Amino acid sequence: MSPHATRRVFTSKGQTDGCSPPLSLIPMAQSIRRDSPELPDFSLLKRLARDQLIYLLEQLPGRKDLFIDADLMSPLDRIANVSTLKQHEVDKLYKVEYKPIVSTSDQLCFLIRPRLQSVKWICDVVNADKAAGKFRRYKLIFTPQKFYACENVLEEQGIFGDVTTDEWGFHLLPLDDDIISLELPEFFRDYFLDGNQRWVRTAGCVLHLLHSLYGPFSKVYGIGRCSKMAYESWREQVEEGEQKGRDGEIGSVFLFDRDVDYVTPMCSQVVYEGLVDDIFRIKCGCVEFGPEVTSSDKSLKVMLNSQDKVFNQIRNEHFSNVFGFLSQKAKNLQTAYDKRCGMDIKQIKTFVSEELKGLKQEHRLLSLHIGASESMMKKKTKQEFQELLKTEHSLLEGFDIRECITFIEEHINRQCSMIESLRLLCLLSLTENGLLSKDYKSMKAQYLQSYGVDHLPTFANLKQLGILVEQPTGETLTAMENKVGKLVNDRAAGKLTDAFSSLAKKSHFRALSRRLNLVLERDGWTGLEEVTRLLNGQEFAASGCSEADGKARSDTQRTILVMFLGGCTFSEISALRFLGKEKGYKFIIVTTAITNSARLIEALLDNRA
Amino acid sequence: MKGYSNGESMLTKKLVIPFIVSASFIYLIPSPPLACSTARHRPHCASPAPTAAPRSWGSLNDPSDHLNIKNALRDLKLQKMSRAKADEDDYWNSSKFTLAFTFDEEDDDYTRLKESKKAVNSISALADEDDDDDDVEKVSWSGEPVGSISWSVKETASKLRPAGDSRELGFPKISASPSLPKNNSVYSLSSLFKAKTKVGGMLSSSDSFSDTPARHYAPELRKPKCEYKDYISNWSPQETILKMQQGKVVSLERFQSLQDKMLLLDKAVDGHDGNIITAILIYLKRSLCKEVLFRELVGRETALRHYIHYLKESGEQKVLLDLFRALGRTEDEALLQYKHHLTITDENKRRDFLKTCLGLPFSPEDSLHVQDHYTLLERQIIIEENDKQVERTGQSDVFKRFPRKASILNMPLITTLYYSCFYHYSEPEGTYSSPANIRRTFKLAEKQYFLTALAARAKLKAWTDVDSLFTTRNWLGFTKKKSPVAFQRVLDILHKNNAPVQVLEVYVNLLEDLELKINMAHKFKCHDVIINTYRDTKDKKQLLGYQKKFDMSSAEHKKIADVLNNSQIRWKN
Repeated sequence: MSPHATRRVFTSKGQTDGCSPPLSLIPMAQSIRRDSPELPDFSLLKRLARDQLIYLLEQLPGRKDLFIDADLMSPLDRIANVSTLKQHEVDKLYKVEYKPIVSTSDQLCFLIRPRLQSVKWICDVVNADKAAGKFRRYKLIFTPQKFYACENVLEEQGIFGDVTTDEWGFHLLPLDDDIISLELPEFFRDYFLDGNQRWVRTAGCVLHLLHSLYGPFSKVYGIGRCSKMAYESWREQVEEGEQKGRDGEIGSVFLFDRDVDYVTPMCSQVVYEGLVDDIFRIKCGCVEFGPEVTSSDKSLKVMLNSQDKVFNQIRNEHFSNVFGFLSQKAKNLQTAYDKRCGMDIKQIKTFVSEELKGLKQEHRLLSLHIGASESMMKKKTKQEFQELLKTEHSLLEGFDIRECITFIEEHINRQCSMIESLRLLCLLSLTENGLLSKDYKSMKAQYLQSYGVDHLPTFANLKQLGILVEQPTGETLTAMENKVGKLVNDRAAGKLTDAFSSLAKKSHFRALSRRLNLVLERDGWTGLEEVTRLLNGQEFAASGCSEADGKARSDTQRTILVMFLGGCTFSEISALRFLGKEKGYKFIIVTTAITNSARLIEALLDNRA
Repeated sequence: MKGYSNGESMLTKKLVIPFIVSASFIYLIPSPPLACSTARHRPHCASPAPTAAPRSWGSLNDPSDHLNIKNALRDLKLQKMSRAKADEDDYWNSSKFTLAFTFDEEDDDYTRLKESKKAVNSISALADEDDDDDDVEKVSWSGEPVGSISWSVKETASKLRPAGDSRELGFPKISASPSLPKNNSVYSLSSLFKAKTKVGGMLSSSDSFSDTPARHYAPELRKPKCEYKDYISNWSPQETILKMQQGKVVSLERFQSLQDKMLLLDKAVDGHDGNIITAILIYLKRSLCKEVLFRELVGRETALRHYIHYLKESGEQKVLLDLFRALGRTEDEALLQYKHHLTITDENKRRDFLKTCLGLPFSPEDSLHVQDHYTLLERQIIIEENDKQVERTGQSDVFKRFPRKASILNMPLITTLYYSCFYHYSEPEGTYSSPANIRRTFKLAEKQYFLTALAARAKLKAWTDVDSLFTTRNWLGFTKKKSPVAFQRVLDILHKNNAPVQVLEVYVNLLEDLELKINMAHKFKCHDVIINTYRDTKDKKQLLGYQKKFDMSSAEHKKIADVLNNSQIRWKN
């Protein structure tokens, strides 16, 4: 109710430029703050994906068994359920496990990511059937698209033509009101480590899809090479198809390459949602709480999104604030329950019919999050975590580096978490512009001694990506600054982050994506040209196709789509939500996947056959 | 002019399609020898081709025809240039569905031609829209079975193409294209695509011919489908890439010359679509020998990375190794070869394989790591064999009390040291399994050894061993507790291993920072330390407070009372 009222005040003032008034003119930031606009309805994306899947399933009429790629199961769950599949004559469901199959159905359907390994496995299945004289019909559905390399495997294995192939354009999965994920964690390694651009067009498709459903966009900004390519790919697709003119729901679009900032995702997360992700791993917006959280003997799968009223209030909060909040909430709940004492029959009836259900629901959620907090407290209040945070903090601030190195060394020597050790090493390298040669050699040796020489290729990967490197020796500082100009820029941006954080009196928001923040700080969205000049090379800014005006425009202008190529963390999302609240913007986050330090590091490991 | 009209009228009287054939062979003119020679080398190309093809081949081989057509072409060009020059820009940019050529001669044939072209072009817009389900498009990009009609037809087409494309590479023979910079058909597919290199004028204009679904115009003259393929898929590299990006099936077999192949690859790279780049690379892998492909990939960084990734993904390690070798990327080669050990399960074979890795061109430091890996596995095999025996026969007490949970094979060095500190602590340095031997062989730092030994001995609750780890004796014979890591860390490890208070106390007392000492003492409930510290700091208040935590009857209560009653102490509060 009130949000609408305040917004009307503003639009009536006719501020169509989308800029905040100068700070000096704002007597009290709180009182005059604009509300964020409503978000477009992204559930449409789910419906589209579901309809398309159903259409594809019907292309193979009759009963069939469906094999699903393991990492497609959760996304699929979010848009369809088993009964939907059953309605379209899917008999049994299997997970793709690269083993011989046991299905007796004469029609097999495979729902897979376009990976050569999966296709090779399917070829084995088909060829095994052929050898056994078994006749079946096979259908391969690739999502979000098929690759020529996959068809090449079919051809090489001699089953091209024996199977039919299709594409399921399931590009976007809305995880929450403001988060849309491509669910493509491999984007990160493929592009940033291996330099493979096969997902660039996918990113372009995503922009195209959003543009045609919720566009046109007014302006597009981007930082990074991949962003630029994705932008170009999108423009090409726009030119291929006609665009109908209409009022857009999204104003500006920002594209970010993950390699613009590796520091933020390498840090421990301290906001509630981020911490839950770090500890319990949120998968596709869903988390599995073990018995230690549920205080029963079984674990519980819980959806974490804005529908969960309790979660919605604590997700963006620093972890240390959460406990107090939850206990206050519990007290309130108690009071609400207590109301029923001293009620007459009629009042109790109303209470039961109107309030009790909500209270019970809240009760359930509350006890869940209290359980989760307790469990996290247990893990995180340990001395080690405190030391870990202290070390990270020192690294970010750039002091006591020798102490940090000692801490990391001991961490390695004691064979504490292999991922965590690597993360700290990367953070050290990122914040110090590389390790001194002797440190690098010694830490690498100690790491290999603690976790196995098998990790040699992992170190090669980290070096290739530039997140764990030796400082070049014998170069003058200026030459080096040139070489790592990007990092130097990052540091400048980091300073701004800190400045911003203290301004906002929310010191825990250090997890802001630094570059974005730089852009936002210079903001009004007008000083941006200057920023793009400042950041050399890969940055671009482009005007979109349409200029909507009037009231619609001012709302649209304040709806900003931020797309992360290579993944983003919950901390970064929290930071954007916070900024949005402060400045009256609404951010929509599109990401190739939700990531965190552990996922990033795991994507770079290379110690398996 | 004459030759042209004569040659053409003959064809156009009969068919529309043959015209297209000969029109497309116009671009052969710049380099007829190439086309002729390839045709000679592959005589089978012509034989199965349908009616129109032999005619075009025939005229191709006739030198007089060349001359005539060349002349015609030049005339045509001149005409067009003079006419269109003035408002060229506007014209070419505005008229969407008009050809680059304008044939407004009075000549009957030309008029007819003009009409047919116009008609054909106006439908081609329609045709292009629904060409998703157009059979014509469905040519396997990877090619038909060799020897089939469609294959040979395509071979024919590819004979025709390279010469045309070679214009873009600026072969000396080409004079037409530079003089006609604006001669692009607006309709040509390449104009839909923001191309960096525009296709030569003649080329793309006739591309719109070849794009022409002629059957709309003259359905009764429809030829077998397979035949369309070659004309319709007669795209430039740029267009081919674009078609592929749209998910359409195209044929790459036409790109036979190295220049064409590389042009195709470069266009793919310009398109920023990894899927397409990989597709082209797969084709190149099939159709070029390794040495040439590797050589061409040098300096094409994006393509190279795609190729490496593809080889990795499809598990073609041999090719990848060859590639690294050819590129002189010796460290990558060594690492890749080293990685192979992970696939070997038998420990003896794995050890032997690691031995062969020792000679690989690693960086100096990595080469030491691999050496260590080999030595370690060698030792582990010996230790494992011995310990299995000992465990089975029950000779050793420690193995009975703590049966081994897993074998030590393939474990990291520090784990091996831990194992050795756990099961073989007191062995003399001479044995492979002794901690001292491992420490010396692998040149472990004091801290590494210390932390590991501490953890192992604490796990066994061998507190005397723990104690002696810290004890150093100076030359006067005094003992002193020393540690390469902070005592706080030591306490942490001991506490995790449920060390008794008596043991913890010793190390809490060694903490120098008073506040930390008190905190730790509280954490580990080392009452004596706390009481003594408060006594030493003369903090009566704290002591009184602390006393309340105990029963009147407890020893701690009594001890605190004693301290409080001590008149020697001058309390600060």
